[in-house]
Amino acid sequence: MSEFDVEIDSSGLNCPLPVLKARKALADMTVGQKLHLIATDRGANKDIPAFCKMTGNPLLDSSEADGKLYFTIEKGEANG
Amino acid sequence: MAKKLAIIASKGTLDGAYPPFLLASTAAALGFEAKIFFTFYGLQLLNKELNLKVSPLGNPAMPMPVTVPSIVQVLPGLEGFATWMMKRKLKKKGVASVEELREICIESGVELIACQMTVDLFDFKHEDFVEGISSGGAATFLEFASEADITLYI
Repeated sequence: MSEFDVEIDSSGLNCPLPVLKARKALADMTVGQKLHLIATDRGANKDIPAFCKMTGNPLLDSSEADGKLYFTIEKGEANG
Repeated sequence: MAKKLAIIASKGTLDGAYPPFLLASTAAALGFEAKIFFTFYGLQLLNKELNLKVSPLGNPAMPMPVTVPSIVQVLPGLEGFATWMMKRKLKKKGVASVEELREICIESGVELIACQMTVDLFDFKHEDFVEGISSGGAATFLEFASEADITLYI
């Protein structure tokens, strides 16, 4: 697993909260920093990649273990 | 240029409140410019104090723990019970409250527009609405919707 600067655990929260929490965390980060997001919402599997694609924040890594989803997102240039 | 989402919210029930606020808050997170135009019963979603309900009456698809015949659903308290049950379920499943999603919409710059004609029709008062609500009419919505990438009527 890659290293990260900020971690958000959205376990137990349902759509669209993991996306909204990721957005909020990224807004306070600087370009190039990495966000590690933990989610249990099954929809996040598709929603987080869609969010990353639309906002220009590269999704560096995603994995699944013990019923939890893990995402590493880099804060991109285009993100305000 | 940012994508645009235009929504008409015409329902004032608890279940009807979710799609507009949920989609608009997510759209804002995705970088969209989003506007919701509240008309008819949807205006209830702008009240400072939300008292939204869900009714199984006339809604045969609503999952209930036991079958409740329509004739029983008219009894006082049944609607309150169904609403209580639904809110408990939403909380248990980690779904955001309507208040929470509305707050995120406001914070993230979603424009909430009250339809002035229906505000007048129902004698609603802007003072009863949350802060930062604008008002407009059919042309206001259509102008924005004509340039929108997504337009929804809910």
